[in-house]
Amino acid sequence: MHTPASETPILRAEHFSKYLGGRKILDDCSICMHPGDVKVLIGPSGAGKSTFLQCINCLLEPDEGEIWLGEKQINVKNSKELCYLRQHVGMIFQDFNLFDHLCAQDNVALALRKVRGMSKQDALKRAKEELARVGLADRASLFPAQLSGGQKQRVAIARALAMDPTVLLLDEPTSALDPELVGEVLTVIRDLASHGMPMIMVTHQMEFARAVATEILFMEQGQVIEHGAPDDLLAPGTISRTQDFCTRLCDLCSGDTGRIEE
Amino acid sequence: MPGFLDFDFILGRVIPYLDRGLLMSLKLIIPATLIGGFIGIVLGVLRVFGSTAIRKSADAFVAVIRGVPLTVQLMILYFGLPSIPWVKIYLAPYTAALLGFIICTASYQSEYVRGALLSIQQGQIKAAQALGMSRWQTILFVIVPQAVRRALPGCGNEIIYLVKYSSLAYLVTCIELTGEAKVLVSRTFRPTEVYFAAACYYLIIVTAATWLLGKLEKKLEIPGAVRQK
Repeated sequence: MHTPASETPILRAEHFSKYLGGRKILDDCSICMHPGDVKVLIGPSGAGKSTFLQCINCLLEPDEGEIWLGEKQINVKNSKELCYLRQHVGMIFQDFNLFDHLCAQDNVALALRKVRGMSKQDALKRAKEELARVGLADRASLFPAQLSGGQKQRVAIARALAMDPTVLLLDEPTSALDPELVGEVLTVIRDLASHGMPMIMVTHQMEFARAVATEILFMEQGQVIEHGAPDDLLAPGTISRTQDFCTRLCDLCSGDTGRIEE
Repeated sequence: MPGFLDFDFILGRVIPYLDRGLLMSLKLIIPATLIGGFIGIVLGVLRVFGSTAIRKSADAFVAVIRGVPLTVQLMILYFGLPSIPWVKIYLAPYTAALLGFIICTASYQSEYVRGALLSIQQGQIKAAQALGMSRWQTILFVIVPQAVRRALPGCGNEIIYLVKYSSLAYLVTCIELTGEAKVLVSRTFRPTEVYFAAACYYLIIVTAATWLLGKLEKKLEIPGAVRQK
């Protein structure tokens, strides 16, 4: 699992296991992030991809496993350390989860003020910069109910980026979007990847995964059963579980997935 | 013998009496609404997010207050407390009535607030946590502002009730609108005019309260989230 690298990984999640309702949902999964890594988790539904992702920033507390942020091991029982971990690990959700009572810029500014302790003015200035970065400078004062799905997800991305995360977790960021809105979100994510933002993403957009991923991890029944560079796993003629899964996925959607707006 | 609905009598004697009563009623209703509403929100939050011990005690408190008629509560506050040995708390009529209303309205409000708090999506709570916000920051800045908006129609209803149960204050000799009306009736033996006039006073208070609550609801409305007409 560990790619040999001279520098310390920025994030390591090691030997994560998680039980829910007596069932083992996650079975000894590990992931290791170096600067610039974009790792994509794929696999059938119920494989534990989202669970794994949510364990990394402890939205679900793993029953076993260690989490390291750089050189520091995080004790998730300690609320200060947990808060430190979450500030450094941004998260994007499938259904956006914007704060419904706040306009776009306040959505971004809230954590800056309350967690980072920034003044209202500085926080709003930063929020506007981040919204501009995802192409929503002119939507800053609109409320979630006034935005389209794609715009909401971009606000959510701006909100996560404003905290200067070390790693970004993306949990099926385009699954709740209408097909014609997927492109605008993928464009933003691809832009981040090309600027070296380390990301762990759960997605079913296979073409997109192939284009941006440095590594693909294939999960099934709570375990990472295959991992490797997309070209190795998905090269035509390779016999891998990943390849097989992708072929079936592509058959289902008749090659329509993962189109990217240029 | 003056005729039925004698306007000279109403304007000359009933109105001055009832105006004095109205003043006392407002002195009960307005603080009880504000203080009771605030305590209701705090109580609702504790009943949902407090530790087990706090949650259980808050639930028990609300169960007792909701389980005992307000009339009996007022009697206990005013007539009961002074006779408990070692305690011997003597409350002025106004204090006893106001205290009773605050406790009562807070308990009912907490129930509306509790329901609204539970209705806020888990997703937003997760998002706040993922940003590094603490539990209480999440509650205070994400959950409560939305829950209060959702609870408002129910809370408004409780305020309307409060306007009317404020008429129980005369039982502990705090003479408000209904109290003044009763006194006047016992002096003039003209219940028809007096009670009809008192009814109009209550109708006016309730109408004003309804209007104000509508204004508040509109002001707090989240843009774009307007219900389909």
